[in-house]
Amino acid sequence: MIKAILVFNNHGKPRLSKFYQYFNEDMQQQIIKETFQLVSKRDDNVCNFLEGGSLIGGSDYKLIYRHYATLYFVFCVDSSESELGILDLIQVFVETLDKCFENVCELDLIFHVDKVHYILNELVMGGMVLETNMSEILTRIEEQNKLEKLEAGITAAPARAVSAVKNMNLSQQIKDIKLPDLPQAIKDLKF
Amino acid sequence: MALRKVKGNLERMFDKNLTDLVRGIRNNKDNETKFIAQCIEEIKLELRQENISVKANAVAKLTYLQMMGYDVSWACFNVIEVMSSTKFTYKRIGYLAASQTFHPDTEVLMLTTNMVRKDLNSQSQYEAGLALSGLSCFISPDLARDLANDIMTLLSSTRPYLRKKAVLMMYKVFLRFPEALRPAFPRLKEKLEDPDSGVQSAAVNVVCELARKNPKNYLSLAPVFFKLMTTSTNNWMLIKIIKLFGALTPLEPRLGKKLIEPLTNLIHSTSAMSLLYECINTVIAVLISISSGMPNHSTSIQLCVQKLRILIEDSDQNLKYLGLLAMSKILKTHPKSVQSHKDLILQCLDDKDESIRLRALDLLYGMVSKKNLMEIVKKLMIHMDKAEGTSYRDELLSKIIEICSQNNYQHITNFEWYVSVLVELTRMEGTKHGPLVANQLLDVAIRVAAIRAFVVAQMALLLDNSHFITGFSQRASMCEVLFAAAWICGEFSEFLTDPKATLEALLRARVSTLPGHIQAVYVQNIMKLYGRILTSSGSDASMDEDMVAKAAVEEVSEMVAARLPSFVESSELEVQERASCALQLVKFVQKQLTKGQAAGLGAEIVSLFDGELNPVAPKAQKKVQVPEGLDLDEWINEPPPSESSDSEPEVQRPSLFATGNAENAYVESYQSSKPAELTQEEVQRNREARQQEQACNPNYLKGGGKLESKSGMFDVAEVPVAQLDLPVALKIPGLASSDHYLQKQKQTSSKKKVSTKKKKKSKKHKESSDEEELAAPLHVVNTDVGEMPEGATLSDGMDDDNNDLNDPHRALDVNLDEPLRAEETLPVRSHREAVKFEVTGEKKAKKKSSKKEEKVKKSKKQPIMMDLLQNGEHTNAPTEEPSNDFWLDHAEYEAMPDTSQSKLQVEENEKPKKKSSSKTKEKSKEKKKKKEKKVINEDSLVSSLAVEAPTFVPDLKQTMSNKDKNVLIVS
Repeated sequence: MIKAILVFNNHGKPRLSKFYQYFNEDMQQQIIKETFQLVSKRDDNVCNFLEGGSLIGGSDYKLIYRHYATLYFVFCVDSSESELGILDLIQVFVETLDKCFENVCELDLIFHVDKVHYILNELVMGGMVLETNMSEILTRIEEQNKLEKLEAGITAAPARAVSAVKNMNLSQQIKDIKLPDLPQAIKDLKF
Repeated sequence: MALRKVKGNLERMFDKNLTDLVRGIRNNKDNETKFIAQCIEEIKLELRQENISVKANAVAKLTYLQMMGYDVSWACFNVIEVMSSTKFTYKRIGYLAASQTFHPDTEVLMLTTNMVRKDLNSQSQYEAGLALSGLSCFISPDLARDLANDIMTLLSSTRPYLRKKAVLMMYKVFLRFPEALRPAFPRLKEKLEDPDSGVQSAAVNVVCELARKNPKNYLSLAPVFFKLMTTSTNNWMLIKIIKLFGALTPLEPRLGKKLIEPLTNLIHSTSAMSLLYECINTVIAVLISISSGMPNHSTSIQLCVQKLRILIEDSDQNLKYLGLLAMSKILKTHPKSVQSHKDLILQCLDDKDESIRLRALDLLYGMVSKKNLMEIVKKLMIHMDKAEGTSYRDELLSKIIEICSQNNYQHITNFEWYVSVLVELTRMEGTKHGPLVANQLLDVAIRVAAIRAFVVAQMALLLDNSHFITGFSQRASMCEVLFAAAWICGEFSEFLTDPKATLEALLRARVSTLPGHIQAVYVQNIMKLYGRILTSSGSDASMDEDMVAKAAVEEVSEMVAARLPSFVESSELEVQERASCALQLVKFVQKQLTKGQAAGLGAEIVSLFDGELNPVAPKAQKKVQVPEGLDLDEWINEPPPSESSDSEPEVQRPSLFATGNAENAYVESYQSSKPAELTQEEVQRNREARQQEQACNPNYLKGGGKLESKSGMFDVAEVPVAQLDLPVALKIPGLASSDHYLQKQKQTSSKKKVSTKKKKKSKKHKESSDEEELAAPLHVVNTDVGEMPEGATLSDGMDDDNNDLNDPHRALDVNLDEPLRAEETLPVRSHREAVKFEVTGEKKAKKKSSKKEEKVKKSKKQPIMMDLLQNGEHTNAPTEEPSNDFWLDHAEYEAMPDTSQSKLQVEENEKPKKKSSSKTKEKSKEKKKKKEKKVINEDSLVSSLAVEAPTFVPDLKQTMSNKDKNVLIVS
């Protein structure tokens, strides 16, 4: 059984948390914090298994994690799961994310945490592995996305327009407009 | 109405969506909480609107806030509203929120039953899938009971996607509603052979989870799994199956033997490391379960160890870690095959990865021998100096002690070395294992009589330099060692070279900073030393005449009397009490001294602390029988009524300490009751009474008789052992020499060189004899060590404790366990029951639903029921019968080719047993196992079974007919 799946960044900010056993919110935060402390102090070239983590589980539980760029993907599992199998599963998860978001980065996880959850739901259900075949997972996700698009139709058009405008993020774009470097231009002028 | 809708739509445009929320939080890093509080207010407003899309948006935001650690359970009604939306988009948001925020105790779950049922039965497979995914996170016992039937129906859905999810869901249902397991199990078993590999894999997954907790119920599935294992190519599923077999083999050794071949084939053929690793793991489990007999398994072990070595040598840290992990499993049963890879494991101790070092440490436990112990411990000590993290250092420390003390110090040839190691360990900063070191010191001093002189000398040094240990507050736990030191010096004071110096060390002012319990031990041992000094300085008889001796004694008494008051002032009650008692005793002695009547006083004080202390087994206390007529649960005094409990003791206290403050009261009360002589007499009387009682009590380690003989033994043994000890000490302590004791070793260093040269020579010629030489003289010490615990374990029930441990763990499993067994015997009744249950559940849920509906439901259910019944009938047969063949098949290949007749007999005998009752089945199986181990001869096995058989003969026909049926069904 998988007891929890956590994704957080290099600073310990949670990007996804999925607990397959109930903990209240404070406890969840504490577990994320503790897990981060355990995981973050490890070098990248050490093994990806960690025993302990007093808050979650006990001696039977292991933390299995992978570190990708700015993100840690941590699975807390018991002894019925194969360690290397879970590592592969994390890989499948990340590759699926990569396919769905097209070159996934931390920002995708930040702004589309709901979608990440939907993807995860196709991999793991109630703490048990549902599917490991990536193409199968992808077709399921795509079909569900299609359903959503069908429903959205015309009624959602205004909302989408608004969000598109919002997404343009005008203030930022104004800042980003690059004006020619004036002093340089002046220098270039030769009399 | 339409207008309102348009208005709602317009307003909605300016609501924050999830992206806005996230962006807002990121832009307001300084006052995040304020911003979020503001957002929550907005969300509350949005939730009040009727427009479902606004609500869904709000709920989506709440889900995000939940991840940030905000409690959003106040919105659970709204979550349900969104879940019940007809649109997939919103439903998805709702179910996500529910799966993140709901839990089995959420009260609103009662309201969801019908909605979830509707979704489960939805035409869209994704809506049903959504409901299953969500439900798996928050299913409650009630939901499980009410929805079990709907989920069962989904097991036979035409869509593999739903079947897969439903199979996994069933596990959650079983957990919350164990009664469902029995009726659902046949269906689940069908799914193991589902055409879709995903469904198969899910079913394997569920059975693995079930079987992990109580494997014996799933032994009957072994043939199915065996077939899957040999045919499937899905690695994920193979891993699960192989793991499952690992759990099953301890229960059925025949299965293990059958597994070895396909597993080794897999090991050779697979390229997937994960699969390879699990294969090795299961082979190890198999080898453990059939460790006796079967000589040809050494090849399998060799293969495993060889493959593991490749893993450990791999540059991938993960493989290295797992390799070591699996190695430690082999170590338990086949230590020799692991020991040959000592070099590799020692190498792993230097790894930069802490997890790997810890694993390697675990392995070291089994690697040590008399020869290499010192070398390994030396290496660990060096590691300890280098270790940066305290936790790793703590681990090292406890490992050193664990390695050295295993099996009653089996591997220690020289205890002087061990004591010096322990003393060195006391210098470790900031460890939490102070008590552990202290215990070891005490244990060694008590158990190994020959080493006492050395220990006492070391401890006296420690006491003298106690400021090294207590110097830094962060070494707090290490001061426990002083507890041991003080006790050892006091108890074995006859070995002290300069008792007076040690006494002074104990009386130092700094002592008052120590924890109370250590101070208390100090006081006690001050008195022991004091008594020792009194007796030793001049024979008692001549004391009155010998002025020099008298002066010396007076001086010591003066010193003790002067320093003890600092203990009397201690804040610890225990210390106070002991110190004031001791002080009065010293004052009394002083008085007698001035009167010139001190003759024999020293001996009497020493006799206060008379008697040998023996090691007591950890469970000895438990084994003491409660005397007849003593009810431990009875109140000695009636408990005071709770209200007045606060006031009463206050009233009582003044009467106890009538005059002045507490300390004076103590002193006075002691002064008034003639202290020394009376207590001494009383103590002696009590001790005699106690000894008599102990002599009569069978549960005590026979003190009296044995003790005398033993002390006699010691007297005889001490001299020769001490002599034998020395030459050994010359050989080895150099290896683990401590800086502190260089002086000691310097004396021997010249001889040591010679001896090591000798050793080198002898090593080449006769290694084994060398070891014997080492071991032979020290057996005296070892037996000394071994005796006590053996005596203790004789009166001990090790098994009792194990059972105690297991009970709470197994309590959960039994629930799942029982229904299955019942199913094997009573499949029909159980189904009826279950259906009844489901119907009542339905009634509860659908109070409003009309009778018509229910009729429809029932009529729908009937075919399912029929289906189940049929299943129940023939599942019984196919699971049992092939399993017989499965086992027998194997018996044939394993043992004798000529027993076709007897094989038949076995077959016939086994079946009825399984039919008649599960208990007898187990029993006979156990018996069979035992017999198989003892007697490999097949014929005798059969004959022994035949003796058991007659009672079951009547059932034989039934099973035969069953088998016929089975054949029909199969064909």
